Amino acid sequence: MDEASVARGGLAPRLWLAGGWLLLALVAAIFAPLIAPQDPLAQDLMLERLPPFWLDGAEPGYWLGTDSLGRDLLSRLIFGGRIAFIVAFAAATSACLLGSALGLIAGYFGGWPDRIISRIVDVWMAFPPVLFAILLVAVLGTGLSSVILAIAIIDWTRFCRVIRAEAMSQARMDYVESARIAGYGRMGIMLREVLPNVLPSVVALLSLEMGIAVIVEAILSFVNLSISTDDPTWGSIIAEGRLSIHQAWWVLVFPLITLILTVLSFSQFGEALKARFDPVLR
Amino acid sequence: MSANREPCLDIRGLSAVLANGQRVLRSVSLAVQPGEVRALVGESGAGKTMIGKAVLGVLPKSVRIVEGEMLIEGEDLGRLDPKARRTLIGARTALIPQDPLTALNPSRRIGPQMTDRLVRILGWNTERADKRIRQLLDEVQIRDPERVLKSYPHELSGGMRQRVLIAAAFAAEPRLIVADEPTTALDVTVQKQILRLIAQLQRDHGTAILFVTHDLGVVAKISQKVSVLYAGKVVEEADTEALFAAPQHPYTRALMTATPRYTDPYASLKPVDESVLAGLTAEIAAADQAWRPGHG
Repeated sequence: MDEASVARGGLAPRLWLAGGWLLLALVAAIFAPLIAPQDPLAQDLMLERLPPFWLDGAEPGYWLGTDSLGRDLLSRLIFGGRIAFIVAFAAATSACLLGSALGLIAGYFGGWPDRIISRIVDVWMAFPPVLFAILLVAVLGTGLSSVILAIAIIDWTRFCRVIRAEAMSQARMDYVESARIAGYGRMGIMLREVLPNVLPSVVALLSLEMGIAVIVEAILSFVNLSISTDDPTWGSIIAEGRLSIHQAWWVLVFPLITLILTVLSFSQFGEALKARFDPVLR
Repeated sequence: MSANREPCLDIRGLSAVLANGQRVLRSVSLAVQPGEVRALVGESGAGKTMIGKAVLGVLPKSVRIVEGEMLIEGEDLGRLDPKARRTLIGARTALIPQDPLTALNPSRRIGPQMTDRLVRILGWNTERADKRIRQLLDEVQIRDPERVLKSYPHELSGGMRQRVLIAAAFAAEPRLIVADEPTTALDVTVQKQILRLIAQLQRDHGTAILFVTHDLGVVAKISQKVSVLYAGKVVEEADTEALFAAPQHPYTRALMTATPRYTDPYASLKPVDESVLAGLTAEIAAADQAWRPGHG
């Protein structure tokens, strides 16, 4: 066991840094009403465009400054995190379940199921994803569930392709043949023998996809197609910040940093988890 | 072994073709009597592994059996429906595979992987399966079964993995084991031990083995009977001793001269004689011309 933990040592900082940031952001989002210093929707034109705390003219209690309507930026970021995480978890999980299941079937069974699923994936991926998302939300109507649905509908192909390739290479392994000889059914082999071997990839992709979902949600917010405009989302804050970049750069910069850190953390966390999950890499 | 007993495995006139119609097995007949080791020897591509896969019901989709019968203890596999065939194969046969790394599931520990089959397929209770596995690990001379049972496949050496697979193959007391080049992927030093182990367990359990190999040295050590395969055709069949004493077919003779000898390690390697191969190839081509599936 000692050797194993030494080998893991190299991965640990990445895992802890990424995991730490995600945990912090998640806790802040969950307990937003308790943690946020101000009401994220409260406007006060007396307090418009306050700079962050270390600059002249900052007000106590408005740590990261305010936007052009005098709303507290930190509070808006914290509340925006709620939507970001809900979308990340719900959309990524849905995309993952759908894509992985189809990918596993296509890769393991091959033949006509594979041909059908692969053709659908090819066609699906020919659509430009962001345009597709905007179209879908335009058709489904704005709102949290539409955004989640749109992301899941667009991004399942990502899982499908990778898991199909992995399942295919696993299906060629002798242990699958041995299980066949021993008398296991095909379904049983797929779920009990092949699935555990593609699971590390599923986990890594899932985490990566959460980051992507956060980006897509931000893009949709940016073009005003996400949630109702009242609720703060990272994308909508960025959109607002863009307009006042010359007067109040912080309104653009802080949500961008938050977004980038979160997306990066999701992908790094996924990679580190994969390395942990995979007995061969471990 | 009394002559009136049913063969453990009986293959009669088995022919198989690829999707493009090319013949890969040419009316192969061979039998393995209970408790007997029959070597199936031939160069790569001769179809030896194909025969093993056919018996175990795991031929690739591109290969189609067009004629012939395979009987396991008198039961014709071709007459059983797929489910009954799977059950019969699962209960009476086992495989010792060529590559001990890919033959074990990399993400599952050895213990559960070995007992799983006994419990889930054969319906043993966990305790009995566990005891059985430990007994078999002891038989294949694994000294620290606790560690091995808890290990993942990649944590064991190639030799250890092959021992585990041998133990697993014998665990359910199959009547017939197909050993598909079980020593080819191993170091030469380990090969010998593994071969000895297989021979030992085979004697102790009285299991019939179809031993697929390209190595005549291995054939001499382990088998009582030999079938020599060339291009999917059995060209010679004999008792092992008789074959080595007096090979009848020119191809067998050529194969033997091509085998390097320890007694004369500096002699240059001799390839199989071209004229022998040319003769064989012509013979087979002629037979293929005349051949129609179902008419032998």
